[in-house]
Amino acid sequence: MKKSICLYFQVHQPTRLRLYRFFDIGKDSHYYDDFANRTILKRIAQKCYLPMNELLLEAIKETKGAFKVAFSITGSALEQFDRYAPEVIDSFRALAQTGSVEFLGETYYHSLASLMSPAEFKHQVEKHKLAIEQYFGVKPVSFRNTELVYSDAIGDAVYELGYKTMLTEGARHIMGWRSPNYIYTDDIQPKLKLLLRNYQLSDDIAFRFSDRGWGDWPLTTEKFLDWMKSGVADGGDIINLFMDYETFGEHQSAQSGIFDFMRALPGTVLADGTFEFVTPARAARKHKAIDSLSVPEAISWADEERDVTAWLGNELQNDAFSKLYGLTEKLSILNDPVLWSDFGHLQESDHLYYMCTKFFSDGEVHKYFNPYDTPYEAFINYMNVLSDFTIRTDEAYDLKTNENN
Amino acid sequence: MRVLMFGWEFPPHIAGGLGTACEGIVKGLAYNGVETLFVMPSASGDEDQSATTIINASDVAVDTVSSTVDEFLDKVKFIHIDSNLVPYVNPDEFETLVEEERRRQVKDFHVQYGTKFKFSGKYGANLMEEVARYAMVGGTIAMQHKDEFDVIHAHDWLTYLAGIAAKELTGKPLVVHVHATSYDRGDEKHIDTRVLDIETRGMLAADRVVTVSDLTRNIVVNKYHIDPAKVVTVHNAVDFSGRENLRVERGVKDKVVTFLGRITFQKGPEYFIEAAAKVLKRTENVRFVMAGSGDMMNRCIRHVARLGISDRFHFTGFLRGTDVQKMFALSDVYIMPSVSEPFGISPLEAMRTNVPSIISHQSGAAEILKYAFKVDFWDVDNLADDIYALLQYPALSHFAAVNGFDEVNALKWNGATAKLKKVYESLV
Repeated sequence: MKKSICLYFQVHQPTRLRLYRFFDIGKDSHYYDDFANRTILKRIAQKCYLPMNELLLEAIKETKGAFKVAFSITGSALEQFDRYAPEVIDSFRALAQTGSVEFLGETYYHSLASLMSPAEFKHQVEKHKLAIEQYFGVKPVSFRNTELVYSDAIGDAVYELGYKTMLTEGARHIMGWRSPNYIYTDDIQPKLKLLLRNYQLSDDIAFRFSDRGWGDWPLTTEKFLDWMKSGVADGGDIINLFMDYETFGEHQSAQSGIFDFMRALPGTVLADGTFEFVTPARAARKHKAIDSLSVPEAISWADEERDVTAWLGNELQNDAFSKLYGLTEKLSILNDPVLWSDFGHLQESDHLYYMCTKFFSDGEVHKYFNPYDTPYEAFINYMNVLSDFTIRTDEAYDLKTNENN
Repeated sequence: MRVLMFGWEFPPHIAGGLGTACEGIVKGLAYNGVETLFVMPSASGDEDQSATTIINASDVAVDTVSSTVDEFLDKVKFIHIDSNLVPYVNPDEFETLVEEERRRQVKDFHVQYGTKFKFSGKYGANLMEEVARYAMVGGTIAMQHKDEFDVIHAHDWLTYLAGIAAKELTGKPLVVHVHATSYDRGDEKHIDTRVLDIETRGMLAADRVVTVSDLTRNIVVNKYHIDPAKVVTVHNAVDFSGRENLRVERGVKDKVVTFLGRITFQKGPEYFIEAAAKVLKRTENVRFVMAGSGDMMNRCIRHVARLGISDRFHFTGFLRGTDVQKMFALSDVYIMPSVSEPFGISPLEAMRTNVPSIISHQSGAAEILKYAFKVDFWDVDNLADDIYALLQYPALSHFAAVNGFDEVNALKWNGATAKLKKVYESLV
């Protein structure tokens, strides 16, 4: 039996907030920076989504379906494609129709609801499933949580929602001496199969590819194939290469040669014969689980720590998170679609990420694409928006309870 | 009577209360028949010059003729001792070092000061350098306008060296105006000794020292050891002309309790946060706003988040122009919990907008305001109680608003500057 390579790409765009001041609270309930969102989305579509989708489609045709990939596309991204770049949806649909592309399930709003509210988590997972069926005519059977966040309990919840396969990070502190190149199962739900990201090889492409200071620059498909082969030489069934789709054209520019690399990769791999490409669902059927994996505390694919401190590591993030989810009960009673939509967008994990103070020292800009100059600005802006949202929720709720009396 | 006045900032480009006070002073002096030439490091051209003539120090070129330079440095007799001079030298070595330093400064003077120097007029990393250069330029301006003024008036430590230079070169009397002291700005262990040195020098060289409150006068007499006969209190006032009360539509229905000022240790922001947390335990329909920015802002944001009140406690960032009035118009209570406030103009502005104010005893404003509530800055319980009372008992809040308005309306700069004029006249 051949060894497997599983390629998975995440597609997400946050719904960025506009500059929202204290004076706006109670007066203006339009929270989003439509202009920035539109500009950024169209740019990334040109640099990344469209050219890369075309490349993948070509590869699938040329290899007669032997080349396979998986995507997860968030609801937030789908809404923006719909509004600003519908041709992107068309190009993903073309990929769906080849039968060689799997679409994964996740939370509609790229949220961390799995850490806070089981009800909200379920709500978003089901909303996402419907959206994928609606846009691409396929039903997701494998799952990835936001930023590959996973724990035993989360895995269990995902299984209860109807998924048998889940993707997460092969984090060092969980793996110990074990290799991510096997299938594992959830410690408390043995029927859930886990695919673990091989972060070393994934990051070789996603981060180090264009780094001229890297010892192994430039990366060729032959070299990379050799590494993958060594990865399974002493045992190992599958190499899981999971990364952000923006790697192709945005984080790694076209000039770096990343497109050429990906164009050559299927051919190089298939000609060698050690590996075949699989989708996550296929991988779970093909390989037996070697062991269960105990993950009591949530892990993720973020930062060195591979935990959730990128979003819930400081007081700002924790307070914002708890104030946000404090509204779930009232919102459930109101069941107003407009409020649900705003609530969903406010749950996008990016908002919390912008408040991260881990690499911050006064005056330093934290991150690529972070619209704020400091995490404190991010927090203030977010809390102003949340205050207005809370007022609207409370008012609607008071109105409803008065009606009932 | 004509005055050469050295300032640092002037509206509309201000960072704190100093610029506002200076504007009030020149207008009040004009009302009292005193002409002023107002020198500032970096004027932007959109200042209101109806009551004064503004001289932009960035526009003034200092002469490079060496005899003037020597005469200048000789007369002024201050040597900018660099911080890397080692204190442990014997007298001979010290003489040599000083002489070398002096020669270096003359060289520097030619090389760097020979032309105009573009001051930033801000409070940045090279503040000390700007202050020293301002002194050079100030002296030059004084010489250029020698026959156009009778008295020199320098505002706060930033300008004292310029004032001293002007006095040395023209022989005219010097008044220094103490709006704040190092002892207000920080605790005693962390005082910047260079600033302290300049403050002391200014006060010693001056013919009169004007302080903005008795609180400050006491600090000047007791901590700087200045002869009390030389020190005079002239309380600040506030200028309301041209600023009609804004009609602002309220966004939030809750009551709003506001802190407006620099978010720094001196202003006691953390006491405000603690009091807010206490009030929020007892009542719901209130929001707290911290308007301004400063070195403690990030720390305060974290503090608020840690207390779990960030849904009711808002930060607006630095407010400019009409946003300040807008903020007052939206407020129900104004707080100034300063640890040490030489005067504190902002509660006057609040009260003028019919907003009841709570201020700390440790402020100059507390000396003259009857209808502001006063607490010790550290007494968070008392502060919370007063806030709660003003929010819950409309009779109290109405009483404070109406009487506060009347009281503050009478505190005009015209009165304060009449006193200043008397000070000038006593020196000429």
